[in-house]
Amino acid sequence: MSSEHGHQRTYNLTFGALVFFTALTVGLSYVTLGHVGNIVVGALIAATKATLVALYFMHLKGEERWIFTIALFPLALVAVLTFALMPDVGFPLQP
Amino acid sequence: MSTAHAIPAESQGAASEHTLVKFGMWLFLASEVMFFGGFFSSYMITRLGMKPGVVEAWQEELKPNRPLAAINTLVLIVSSLTMAMAVASARKGIKNRTVLLLGLTSLCGVVFLIVKFFEYGAKIEHHHYPSSHVLYAFYYMMTGFHGLHVIGGLIALWLFMCLVSKKTADYTGEANYGNIESMGLYWHFVDLVWIFLFPLMYLI
Repeated sequence: MSSEHGHQRTYNLTFGALVFFTALTVGLSYVTLGHVGNIVVGALIAATKATLVALYFMHLKGEERWIFTIALFPLALVAVLTFALMPDVGFPLQP
Repeated sequence: MSTAHAIPAESQGAASEHTLVKFGMWLFLASEVMFFGGFFSSYMITRLGMKPGVVEAWQEELKPNRPLAAINTLVLIVSSLTMAMAVASARKGIKNRTVLLLGLTSLCGVVFLIVKFFEYGAKIEHHHYPSSHVLYAFYYMMTGFHGLHVIGGLIALWLFMCLVSKKTADYTGEANYGNIESMGLYWHFVDLVWIFLFPLMYLI
């Protein structure tokens, strides 16, 4: 029974952390950190929230390595997709 | 697999089926990551390539939607909590509690869609259509596809509420909760997409 209570406690803590980070990201959006600064901070908080959901609500924490591989592989592809194109818009060859 | 140890030898077939169902769902979610990943990357690249002031002007138009979008974020987080609790109940074989928690999860999904309905209504009232601007095209496309995923999740939730309530088939218990667990993975994924959509679309 204690592990069942442990699970519920983990869910509650995860929920609390998600609410906290949501409040934080809404609050920070009204603070100007620069165009790129706001995007980076917003994306980092979103990534933290996503990691919490994946690890504790989707139980990735207790899963075997092959499920991690399936979950992480497309994320790596999306990162390549995004960052491979960034030089084109960030540093255009012609003004 | 950690759960396999807890399953008696006679239900090992069910355990491998459980693994297969989960494997299939994770593969599906991987394809979904690529589906939404394409949207997100093209949206960010488009924004970064825009002339100064264009994105800011659009952000000002979306600012009134922030409180509702924040409420929707909380609604989906609550739904993820109830979904995780529903899966835990299904695993323990507590049918009534599972149905109740699936019902609460679906209620959150319905609230999310109602809020979204009013948001779209206000946008259309102000003559902001997908054809108005490329950023509005992204807005409608990304939130629209996310909304369709919520609708898909609701259908699955209602289906499982009926299936779990029926006495003829068993979808709960250590050996049989795999389907509900996989549906939970899908629902959490829909929450995950919104976790990125909310700040990247409404806040920054």
